[in-house]
Order: sequence, then structure tokens, then C-alpha cells
Amino acid sequence: MSKQEQHWEKTRNLLFITLAIWFVFSIGIFLFGAEMQESSIRPFGYPLTYWFTCQGSLAIFVILIFWFAGRQEKIDDEFGFSEREGDK
Amino acid sequence: MIKGKFIDNLPKVYGIYTGGFLVFIILMAIAEQAGMSAKLIGIFFVAFTVLIYALIGWLSRTLQVDAYYVAGRQVPTVFNGMATAADWMSGASFVAMAGGIYFKGYGYMALLVGWTGGYVLVASLLAPYLRKFGCYTVPDFIGTRYGGNLARFCAVIVLTVASFTYVTAQINATGTIASVALDIPFGIAVYVGLASILMCSMLGGMRAVTWTQVAQYIVLIIAYLLPVFWISSKLGAGFFPHFMLADEVARIAELEGQFGFVKNSAADLATVPKGLAGITKAHSSVNATPWAFISLAVCMMAGTASLPHVMMRYFTTPSVRTARRSVGWSLFFIFLLYSSAPMLATLSKLSLIDPTLPTGIIGKTIAEVQAIDWYQNWNQANLMFISDFNGNGTLELNEFFMGGKAVVLATPEIAGLPYVISGLVAAGGMAAAMSTADGLVLAISNALSHDIYYKIINPKAETAKRLIVARVLLVLIGFAGATIAALEIQGILGSVIWAFDFAMSGLFFPLVLGVWWKRANAPGAVAGMLLGLISGTAYLIWVRSGGSGFLGITQLTFGIVGAAVSLVSMIVVSLITAAPDAATQKMVDDVRVPSGKTVLAQK
Repeated sequence: MSKQEQHWEKTRNLLFITLAIWFVFSIGIFLFGAEMQESSIRPFGYPLTYWFTCQGSLAIFVILIFWFAGRQEKIDDEFGFSEREGDK
Repeated sequence: MIKGKFIDNLPKVYGIYTGGFLVFIILMAIAEQAGMSAKLIGIFFVAFTVLIYALIGWLSRTLQVDAYYVAGRQVPTVFNGMATAADWMSGASFVAMAGGIYFKGYGYMALLVGWTGGYVLVASLLAPYLRKFGCYTVPDFIGTRYGGNLARFCAVIVLTVASFTYVTAQINATGTIASVALDIPFGIAVYVGLASILMCSMLGGMRAVTWTQVAQYIVLIIAYLLPVFWISSKLGAGFFPHFMLADEVARIAELEGQFGFVKNSAADLATVPKGLAGITKAHSSVNATPWAFISLAVCMMAGTASLPHVMMRYFTTPSVRTARRSVGWSLFFIFLLYSSAPMLATLSKLSLIDPTLPTGIIGKTIAEVQAIDWYQNWNQANLMFISDFNGNGTLELNEFFMGGKAVVLATPEIAGLPYVISGLVAAGGMAAAMSTADGLVLAISNALSHDIYYKIINPKAETAKRLIVARVLLVLIGFAGATIAALEIQGILGSVIWAFDFAMSGLFFPLVLGVWWKRANAPGAVAGMLLGLISGTAYLIWVRSGGSGFLGITQLTFGIVGAAVSLVSMIVVSLITAAPDAATQKMVDDVRVPSGKTVLAQK
């Protein structure tokens, strides 16, 4: 396998992990909206489903993108595919 | 003026700007105490901020193609994040979102999840790869990746349909705000709004839009957060509402149980002015089926990843790496406003319906409520209405009606904040609507000037001519949008959601598969774009004209039909036609590697 193929395989795996986490917090948990709402887990005292729609999922997406960006940068560095100039 | 030196000084420049704006707010507050009229304060706020944007637009004027189309590709990560957030958060987000949450509760929250979750798709599937591609517009990517003018032309069509649907809503919003704040008729205010939008974008294209959008973000976020925090403290709900409103949410649920949701008769409802609604749904309970919630969220997410005015913001970063990080910053800046909207809805609702609060009106006599100053103001503005349906002389929950915009516009006044805050909110709404309209008008006119005029009609055109064509088209598109906006066909929020569905139907899979599936070819992409857009539109027309629909897909989620057809037809047609040539495959390989020159620069 060439260097480029390996790089792409790692990139693709990272994509799958990222999309799996994304799926859970954008779609998965809302399959059980009614059940979760009754849960005794109440972040900051809010009902659970309500909290996810107001803050939880939104905040997780923000963190997820930064995490994804960091991991992808590591993969690019590993194969020497990072850009050399113009990084700010 | 705006060369390397300006870029290095950005934090300082915008720091001074933010400080100046805060000083302006304080000056206005002092003027209010000194007896300046509310109307004059409103005019000052809107006029002052719009003039600043126009000044930035003029300072950023350019005669270079690179600066006009992609701001010279030197916008730093965090600032591009702010610009994207302003580009993204429209007048609808600013003025109507809290109202939607207020009235529809959980079912509406799917939009919040969708409009943020979409950025994960942008960051992971598209933005960095399109940045590496080095294109000027989204159809530029489609046209070069798949090859041929037909694919390029189809992409322009989808882009125009989606963005134009969206831009009329935004010009409508600028008109609404300008007409209220400046006290002029809506038909004229629409063109005042248009003039301000064009001032920001015409001379400097993307470069001007970038720097005005950053300025607009600063205004809109201050205008949204300041009242939320202030109202929360004033009501004694807590100084940091996001973490402290659990009791208030529970209290609303308790009151809802106490009052009950009484259904009004059709005859009674007929007396309520158009556009106003009562509270008929529980504030925090799960009141939508999983499918209704998820299907709407999915449409908004896929639409986010296909709307060209957002995607083209990531063409302006210096590198692939910064494009990726910039998506994170964009979502962070969006999150600041989105996570505050439900808090504002909660505070607004509680302050109105809780009889134990001094501002609460439910349970008061009708005559008492009619005597309240703010009730009279907003009743006159056609955003509030009460009626004693059961004739008992007391206001019940089902007898109180409000417009969605009133949650953002009227809550500061209801909570007893000084008028200066209402002026600030008007300026914020104007900034939100203008920044989105700017981005959209530019996306459409850039696609027409670069992809249709330069790439298809006249590839030999010189720079000066290209930029003149781009500007003429910008003005024409703006006027067309304003003319349609003045007709007021569809509500602000409805057309925004349609825009996402249109974009998703035609562009989502052709864009994603262009990067992630090497075998995708031109006939497949053309089939995907055209059949997706046509089937989505047909479904919309069918449901609008009384069709029953299927699978619970409504006129707000028709993108699911369009995107499904688009995906299937793109795969089938790609597989039965010849694979892309070696040069195209090589191009896809290059897109996938961040280092090296952009793909277009190699050609």
C-alpha cells in the first residue's frame, strides 16, 4: 500500500468515528426522546432530552469538530502531508 | 490599507471597534436618561451600525479577482469563524428562533440540533477538501471535478434556486427591521435594506463581506446576549441563565399543568389577527414523534453542508488545516447564540404567564392588561393580542396571543429594561439579516459571473471586465430579491427551511461523493443534481397543493425525497457510464492530501 493509500485509510477511519459520534448525538438519542426525558439524570437540573436540545448536543458538536481537526492534523503530520507555509 | 499589516492587526482593530460600540451603547443610554425619544434611539442604532458596515465595505474595495472572490485567501481561523457565524445566523435565527421555541417547544428544537450538527458534516466531509481544491465558487468545484459545462451549469441552477429562496427571506427581514426602527413603510424599507447590503459587498466582494461580517457578528452577539443575561438577573433567575434556569423550566411546566391547554373554537380563533399564536404546546416536554424530530434535523444538517454561501467562507482561509479549525470556531460562535435562544424563550414565557411575577399577565383582569403600556405598544405593532373568549373578565392562557418575533423584540421592554436595549436589539437583527443576505447575494452573483460568464460564455474575458460583470450581477440579483421580498409571499422562517431542502436535494451528494467516491462521474453528478432537485420540488408542490405525502415527510422536509433520489440516480448513472479518466482520478487523489499546491493551481 502506498503512503497515500495508508493516509487515506486512516483519514477514512477517523471520518467513520466522527460520523458515529455525530450520529449518536444528532439522531440516535432522539429516537428515545420521551424515555430520556423521564430519566433521573438531569444536567444542571434540566430534563435530559430538553437539555440535549438546548445545549448538550450543540456543545458536543463544537468539541467533536475540534477533536476531529486535531486528530486529522496528527494523521497528516504522520505522513508528512501537512502544509508547510501559510499556517496560521 | 488592507494588506498584510491589516491582517496582523485584526485583534486590535476589532478590539477597538467592539470597545467603540460599547461606548456608543453607553452614550445612547445616557441620552435616553437625558430624554432622547425612543424612536430617535432606534434610528441612531440602526443608522450608526449600517454606516460603519458601509465604511468597512468601502475601505475593502478591490480590483483583484482573488480578493473579490475569496478575500485573497488570508482570513485567519478565528475571524473566519466569526464571519461564518454572521453569514450563517440570519434574521430568522436572530428574530424568530426564540419565538419558535417559545411556541412549538421540542418539535422546533430539531432546528437547533440540525443547524449545529450540520457543521460536523461540513468539517469532516467537505470544507478541507474544497479548500484544497482551490476553487472560487461551489459550482467551480463541481464543474472541474466532474468536467464539462453541463455539470457546472446544473450546480449553478441548484445554487441559485436554494440561495434565492433564502435571500428573499433575508431582504424581507432587513426590510421589517428597517421599517420598524426607522419608521418608514415596508415597501420602501426593503430597498433601504438592499442599499445597505449592496454597500457592503459591491466594491470589495468577498473581502468586503468578510470584514463587514466580522463587525456584524460582534454587534449581533452583543445585542443577543446582553438582554438575555440582563433579563435573567432582573427576574432573579440567576446571573448565568444557561446553567441556572432549571427551576424556571420546572415552574413553567407546573403552571402549564395548572392552567391546562384549553382549545379555542374556530370562531374565536378567527378573531385573532393573522400571524399571532397562543401557547398550545408544553414548554419542555417531548411533544413530537422521533421521526418528526429526526427528519427535520437531518434535512437541516444535510442542507447546512450543501449551502454554498457557507461553504465558500472556507475558501478564504490560508490553508486546509485552518479551514478545518475554522469550522470549529464557526460553530462555537454560533453556539453562543443558539444556546441562548431557549433561555430567552423560557424567561420570556415565565415573565408573561407567572401570576406571582409583577410582569405576569395571566390571571389579571382584561382591563388591567389593556392598560399596560407595553401591551398597548405591541398590540399596535400587531404582535400581541388578548380577547376575553369566555367572558369572565379574566385573562386565561388560551386568551393571550403573540407574534413569534415579539419574544426577542418585546421581552426586554416587558422585563422593564431601558429602551436603549430595544434599539440595540434592532441593530442586532439588522446585522444578522444583512450579513446573511450579503453572503447569499455574493454566492449567487459569483456563481453567475465566474461559472456562467467567465467559464462558459467568455473564457477570454479580462480581469476588469470580469469584475464589472460580477458587480452588475450583484446589483441585479439584489434588486430581484428585494422585489420578490416586497411581495411578501412566504413567511421568513418557511422560506429559510425550504432553502435548506432545495440545497440538500440537489447538491449534497454530488459534493460529498465528488470527494469520497472516485468512481462518481459527470453523467452521474448531472443526474443526481437534476433529478434530486426536480423530485424534491415536485414533492413540495404536491404536498402544497393538498397531496397527502408519504412516510410523514412534510413540506419542511421534502429534501429527504430529493436527496434520496439524488443519491440513487447518481450511483446508478455513474455505474452504468464510463469511469472518470485517469486525470480526474488523480485530481481526487490530490484533493485528499492537504499539502502541496491547490488542485486548480496545478492545472
